[in-house]
Amino acid sequence: MNYTAEVKVMLKDGIADPQGQTIERALPALGYTGVTGVRVGKQIHLSVEADSSEDAARRVSEMCEKLLANTVIESFQVEIDG
Amino acid sequence: MADVPIKVGIVVFPGSNCELDCKRAFGNLGAEPIMLWHRDTDLQGVDIVVLPGGFAHGDYLRTGALARFSPIMTAVQEFAAAGGFVIGICNGFQILCEAGMLPGALRKNAGLKFLCKWVELRVDNSATAFTSHATEGDVLRIPINHFEGNWYADEATLSSMKANDQIVLRYVDNPNGSLDDVAGVVNEDGNVFGMMPHPERATEALLGSEDGAVILGSLLDRVRENRTALV
Repeated sequence: MNYTAEVKVMLKDGIADPQGQTIERALPALGYTGVTGVRVGKQIHLSVEADSSEDAARRVSEMCEKLLANTVIESFQVEIDG
Repeated sequence: MADVPIKVGIVVFPGSNCELDCKRAFGNLGAEPIMLWHRDTDLQGVDIVVLPGGFAHGDYLRTGALARFSPIMTAVQEFAAAGGFVIGICNGFQILCEAGMLPGALRKNAGLKFLCKWVELRVDNSATAFTSHATEGDVLRIPINHFEGNWYADEATLSSMKANDQIVLRYVDNPNGSLDDVAGVVNEDGNVFGMMPHPERATEALLGSEDGAVILGSLLDRVRENRTALV
């Protein structure tokens, strides 16, 4: 069966995110004050064949460990739909 | 045996772009450069493996993320595990980190700018195979050319690396936000080395500096010494 997976890859907490910092500095110039904690990450959508949603989650997590994320600096979350 | 030229295998990935600079630099220093394709599985008996700079496989997902799965990397890992010398320069350093052959990871530069300029590097460990021609505290002038040179490792990793003297080169004036000013590191066994600056671009006075030859020449001499020791 085919499952849709959404993978969210973010820099780990505590690791400086220059993209997020740049955005955070830019927002007040547009009048949006009081914005903090801006972090930029990646979202990866994929469709995966698996026996069950647990199986799909396991396979996609494995892909994250091996390729989709660099776990030295990034954390990931996997959501399976269907 | 000592007269046989040292064979330097330079791995070419699709998207590598510093392989010819490496070839010329090592050739000028008396070594025999051998170009290796990333799909090769045989290292042709080389004494040293070089992972050159560039954008291997386009660096599309992350720098070095795809290159570590190139077929040749299995052979490179076996070579390193057996004590063979491996040097990764710029993208090559990123690949070695992605492959887990060196600690840490390279993030985007703190200023989010691609940096292409001369920098000064302080040699903080001159006892490695890659820096023996230098004296601790020497400052080398070598260019950088990268967007992701901002090295990071967690606290535990960094402190164990410091205890083992694995931080070999530090920026005098940190250009990219790299943790602890790290510009070049070596693995625990001392045979795998990675650096963001390009020593191969600084081996001739005409290019503005010969300081890169300190790194490449140290390595060639170490291989020569090892050979003599074996005779």
